[in-house]
Amino acid sequence: MPTVSVKQELLFQALGRRYTDEEFDELCFEFGLELDEITSEKDIISKEQGDGKAEGASDIILYKIDVPANRYDLLCLEGLVRGLQVFKERIKAPRYKRIMPANGDVQRLIITEETAQVRPHAVAAVLRNITFSKDRYDSFIDLQEKLHQNICRKRALVAIGTHDLDTISGPFTYTARPPSEIRFKPLNQSKEYTASEILDLYRTDSQLKHYLHIIENKPLYPVIYDSNGVVLSMPPIINGDHTKISINTRNVFVECTATDITKAKIVLDILVTMFSEYCEKQFIVEAAEVTYLNGKTCIYPILTLMSCFSETPSSLAKLLTRMCLKSHVTGNGNNIEIEIPPTRADIIHACDIIEDAAIAYGYNNIQMTIPKTYTIANQFPLNKLTELLRQDLAAAGFTEALTFALCSQEDIADKLGVDICSTKAVHIANPKTAEFQVARTSLLPGLLKTIAANKKMPLPLKLFEISDIVVKDSTKDVGARNQRNLCAIYYNKNPGFEFIHGLLDRVMQLLSVPPSKESGYLIKAAEDSAFFPGRCAEILAKGQSIGKLGVLHPDVITKFELTMPCSALEIKIEPFL
Amino acid sequence: QDVAQKYPEGRLLMLNYDPPVRSPQVIEAEQRSSKRWELTPEGQEIVQEGSHEARVFDSIPAEGLPQSELMKLPSGKVGFSKAMSNKWVRLDKNADGGPRIFRAVESVRDSVREKLQLVQQGEAESLEEKDRNELKKRKLLMEVVIKTYWIRKGSAFSTTVTKQETDLTPEMIASGSWRDLKFKAYNFAALGIMPESGHLHPLLKVRTQFRQIFLEMGFTEMPTNNFIESSFWNFDALFQPQQHPARDQHDTFFLQDPAEATDFPMDYLKRVKKIHSQGGYGSQGYKYDWKLAEARKNILRTHTTAVSARMLYRLAQQEKFAPAKYFSIDRVFRNETLDATHLAEFHQIEGVVADYGLTLGDLMGTLREFFTKLGISQLRFKPAYNPYTEPSMEVFSYHQGLQKWVEVGNSGVFRPEMLLPMGLPEGVSVIAWGLSLER
Repeated sequence: MPTVSVKQELLFQALGRRYTDEEFDELCFEFGLELDEITSEKDIISKEQGDGKAEGASDIILYKIDVPANRYDLLCLEGLVRGLQVFKERIKAPRYKRIMPANGDVQRLIITEETAQVRPHAVAAVLRNITFSKDRYDSFIDLQEKLHQNICRKRALVAIGTHDLDTISGPFTYTARPPSEIRFKPLNQSKEYTASEILDLYRTDSQLKHYLHIIENKPLYPVIYDSNGVVLSMPPIINGDHTKISINTRNVFVECTATDITKAKIVLDILVTMFSEYCEKQFIVEAAEVTYLNGKTCIYPILTLMSCFSETPSSLAKLLTRMCLKSHVTGNGNNIEIEIPPTRADIIHACDIIEDAAIAYGYNNIQMTIPKTYTIANQFPLNKLTELLRQDLAAAGFTEALTFALCSQEDIADKLGVDICSTKAVHIANPKTAEFQVARTSLLPGLLKTIAANKKMPLPLKLFEISDIVVKDSTKDVGARNQRNLCAIYYNKNPGFEFIHGLLDRVMQLLSVPPSKESGYLIKAAEDSAFFPGRCAEILAKGQSIGKLGVLHPDVITKFELTMPCSALEIKIEPFL
Repeated sequence: QDVAQKYPEGRLLMLNYDPPVRSPQVIEAEQRSSKRWELTPEGQEIVQEGSHEARVFDSIPAEGLPQSELMKLPSGKVGFSKAMSNKWVRLDKNADGGPRIFRAVESVRDSVREKLQLVQQGEAESLEEKDRNELKKRKLLMEVVIKTYWIRKGSAFSTTVTKQETDLTPEMIASGSWRDLKFKAYNFAALGIMPESGHLHPLLKVRTQFRQIFLEMGFTEMPTNNFIESSFWNFDALFQPQQHPARDQHDTFFLQDPAEATDFPMDYLKRVKKIHSQGGYGSQGYKYDWKLAEARKNILRTHTTAVSARMLYRLAQQEKFAPAKYFSIDRVFRNETLDATHLAEFHQIEGVVADYGLTLGDLMGTLREFFTKLGISQLRFKPAYNPYTEPSMEVFSYHQGLQKWVEVGNSGVFRPEMLLPMGLPEGVSVIAWGLSLER
């Protein structure tokens, strides 16, 4: 869940009243937000860098609020306040409008065909006669950063650039050039650099270094110029210093370049609707015209307004209006028409509207009922068998272990004296540590590691586990399957092979499998690198080999950092269903 | 005390706590203690010779005594400082031949000796406590504690000492000799011998309980024995877009081998592709380029909801729709770094109900019954967000120990974009909830 940090004072000012911490927490709960933390800049620095560095930092109280991942309109103070005010019926939801400039001089952005290889799409708009203050300016920058981190997928999908319109003149060209041909003074720098130099310059920058890879290896880099050749920005890396916005900026040109046009439109809509509040004509956004490679022209921002119908009376319309979904009853009183504002990109189906109606109603006001669905329950046979066997193995004096399904390659290969290729194991592509390289093909390593972690416990140690292993299987749609195994080990001053053998006999007895060659089970001497020569046997039943038992090989014992003799049993139980 | 002197062996017996003698039925012993004051050896010496300070006084002739000489006398050092503080003698530092000590008074009264004499005569009580403590400090007196046992005949008193048996034996039963034998008292306060038993894993015991709860509520267990899942069933079929953060390298375990899934129900896959990229069934969709290659990527499943999706698809393929209630409790995998509150592998519990006309109220009612069986009755619901449910609710419960509301689960109504492409009839709703076993 993304987190937004807002100053408590500003929040209360905008909401028009003060709240106690509990009251605000309650409000958040109702609306679907979470008040994660109440802190201050000083506290944050204290926690991260120690009290010394926190000296002189701001004491102003900050609320850290978690917002749902699909609500881009709640990522800034302005959006939060608007949403809550409408929810509490203190203000009416604004209706956002896009207009053409009065004198007909619409700003133009021309996209050339070179961009198609690297970053094909762009959208733009103008915020006319806007008034910033320090707080509004900070919020404007913060929202762009939040959008970049979330819906823009760290600028890979969309990158936002905002420019002081009074420092440049259109029409603007969005094109792509070889890095050596691009030259400008980046934001807050003192001299000009070429594009390659800029990438080098920011290679160590803690923020920007993460975005370099998006264009680094391309033959052409995206760049936006105005009609005089001034560079507005080199997306997605950095804007030009020339067009930087300050608190005194009055007119803002917003451009979003992207690899995903849908998201670009959403991002533009969010940014301009949020901050159009501070324009002279509130909630009015000036259009910009974007001309594509093939001559197609679009006017942005789209400010998507959709309508849809539902069949319930006027109270529902009232509820939805509180969620910024302006509604009124139409037709014969059974339908309502709902306006979806551009701030609600998350509304894509009627069910999204239903949720908002429920939130306005209050989840905890809804009456609880029990579904009339009558069904007879069935257990999954394999799990039923597992449960029965577990109980009896514990009754037999063995203790159950629960181990990880993921392990290292050594655990299932080298330590057991086999080659990894012969295990038919499933390999993980992106493990964070070597402990999660493969999925286990045997329960034995897990149990041996459990003993190694419990050497101080009194002997004998008798452990068991009935759980899944994973093997490759080309007959399955995903290429692998689970197999339910039963594994038991006996660890003591003497190997106790007869105990493990006895346990096998007991398990077979429980499964009603007699010790006979024809219709039951049979134990045959066998060889296996994990077991001591002459003390290893294969178990045959149901027409197949179901597993092995024996005394573990001393190499295995030492490789798992153990010291005592140990005997083990591992069988598959699915044949016995 | 007198008895102890007369029968020294008896004293030893009491001290050694010999069971045959000490056992309550034979004799009853009551312990009492008393205190007494006695003179230390030094105290006795003073009674005979007089206190140190008195002796110092006596040894000074009329013309005084050089200090150095005085210090050579047996009581010199100790007695001198005491005599000085009593002002019995005085010291002239500037006398001829070195510091000299003279008597300061004509005569003295050796009160210390007198007091000690009183104690010796057994009249310590006549002294004031202040005096006794003073003398005790000077190590002239000591307090002695005497333990006495008052002994009475017990109910089973006899002059013969009998040995007690510890246990019944087969021979005693056969011969009947048990009737004439005495048996040792059993110590019920000590612990017995723990039986040699095996144990079930505590987490899995909880799993068994949850299974039981679901079965009691009529839920059928889903087959979840497949840790490996394709991105299609784990994400795409659930209407989770391909650019969603959860499908990132750092949240999900992707497979190297086998890297891709090969088999899909192709008609269904086409419908899934359409709803993601273009919309349909009354939805706008996500409007992005849906790629088959992305859906084929194999992963370790991040939730058992992938299995629920498979089950719902299977349900939709039946000729006639029959309502269903499913559950599962099994392992899921997240590519997390391990720490005190995060595991890479944990168990997810999931419940699903599919029927015509299910409502949010039905979901809340089902959750209430479910959690009541766990002993959790105070519930609150909070709006939340999941890519595949709308409405979504987080479930909170009041934790008495922590004195606050904590999240106990997540729930919601599956989105139509997920259900309709499967082929489920339009009026059918599916409600679902999940929580983690480890929590």
